[in-house]
Amino acid sequence: MPDRIKLQVARYRPEQESAATFDEYDIPCPKDWVVLDGLNHVKDRMDGTLAFRWSCRMGVCGSCGMMVNGEPKLTCGTFLSDYGPGPVKVEPLRNFPIIRDLIVDMGDFMRKLVAIKPWIVRKVEKPLSEGEYLQTPDELEDFKQYSMCINCMLCYAACPVYGLDPHFIGPAAIALAQRYNLDSRDEGSDERNKLLSEHEGIWGCTFVGECTKVCPKHVDPAGAIQRYKLTAAVETVKAFFMPRGGA
Amino acid sequence: MAVRQHSEPYLWLLFSAGGVLSAMLLPVMVLLFGIAIPLGWIPVPTYEHMLGVLGNPITRLVLFGLCFLSLFHWAHRFRHTLHDALGIKGGFMAALCYGAAAVGSVVAAYLLWQVG
Amino acid sequence: MAQSVQSEYQQRVLPPRVSTFWWLEKGSYLVFILRELSCVFVGWFVVYLLMLVRAVIQGDASYQAFMAWSATTPILLLNIVSFLFLVFHAVTFFDAAPQAMVVKLGPNKVPGSLILAGHYAGWAAASALVIWLVVGA
Repeated sequence: MPDRIKLQVARYRPEQESAATFDEYDIPCPKDWVVLDGLNHVKDRMDGTLAFRWSCRMGVCGSCGMMVNGEPKLTCGTFLSDYGPGPVKVEPLRNFPIIRDLIVDMGDFMRKLVAIKPWIVRKVEKPLSEGEYLQTPDELEDFKQYSMCINCMLCYAACPVYGLDPHFIGPAAIALAQRYNLDSRDEGSDERNKLLSEHEGIWGCTFVGECTKVCPKHVDPAGAIQRYKLTAAVETVKAFFMPRGGA
Repeated sequence: MAVRQHSEPYLWLLFSAGGVLSAMLLPVMVLLFGIAIPLGWIPVPTYEHMLGVLGNPITRLVLFGLCFLSLFHWAHRFRHTLHDALGIKGGFMAALCYGAAAVGSVVAAYLLWQVG
Repeated sequence: MAQSVQSEYQQRVLPPRVSTFWWLEKGSYLVFILRELSCVFVGWFVVYLLMLVRAVIQGDASYQAFMAWSATTPILLLNIVSFLFLVFHAVTFFDAAPQAMVVKLGPNKVPGSLILAGHYAGWAAASALVIWLVVGA
């Protein structure tokens, strides 16, 4: 195990440069350091101008997603010693515009997230006097996996369809839509379906499956999307044969 | 755009059904008619036997279903691969692919009708 | 003032760029493209099958000629490659089934391994039936 390692960090200084460059830093490599520790060491001791996002440093906030040796990772959960003897290449999350250094513009994802209405939609709200919505453990199991998403966008960085077509709504947005569609308390499937059944909704996905591979919370967005394709297709066929609706 | 929105679910269903059917039936058929029989591992079935098998109306119906669904499976997947791998998109390529599948299905129907 | 600052900032944001040959950059991406290209061999074999049917329609001589043609080296090689790709297609398609289908028996979810096993059982049964029809019967 090396006790030092080289970090090759992507830099982009918009006020000075018109393209991204790389700066190399030789840092210590204690066995319990993650890539984020390395970046913080650089910022604290070597180059205070390095800009990057992070927060909880324990894999629940989704802020510190970056490309580490070409793979999308949460830098707070990626150990430097796994990359010995190095060098370790750290770049901003793929498929997103770069604002500065390792910071990307998340606006596209945030707009898509809001668009799929990630909240309980009721046709008629239950008054408080009637008490809370009851849900069995089995009903919770139906959507629980998809509620684990921390919006880290590693899946967008891994998805080639999103890379080729930024209009594609993307893995996390669809998985989160499913989290609510499958929630027994929710009545908003029809509203979400309008957005998701567009060509750039679920139908843009070709089941590459990389999103599920890189997800740090095991959400399985690829599975969520394929399941939704089946649901949406069956609904379309039903609507064709019974235009006034069955139930 | 509206045409594409409404047709995607149906095309995806055809693609899925075609994927399952082609996965279940085609490998053994290639093994028999593409490898084992040409290489002589199995004697060539007699003409009378082939006529008997192919003449059966159920066989012909299943074969038509197989051809139709497999061709649309190819069309849907190939059109998406042209986009993913080579950046070729647009309605023209899609029309070519699904059109070829439709033509192939008509040919299949015609031939399987005739073999009875 | 705020307007010009915002548009100046937006001009400096580096847009993402994807190479047309992104799928050559990672092993799993290449495997994905190969999996998708297996559909070409699905299409080829449908054409081959229909050529066989046409040969049978045209009579015994045509049928024998077709079988002889199928034994020529280029066609044989094409069909061997097709066989490999079709098996690859079947394995990857069945592999996706448990992810795509959630089957519930009452309150219980059918485990993915059972869904997978069901597909393989169907594959074996279908193959056995075809072999029996062509070789036996």
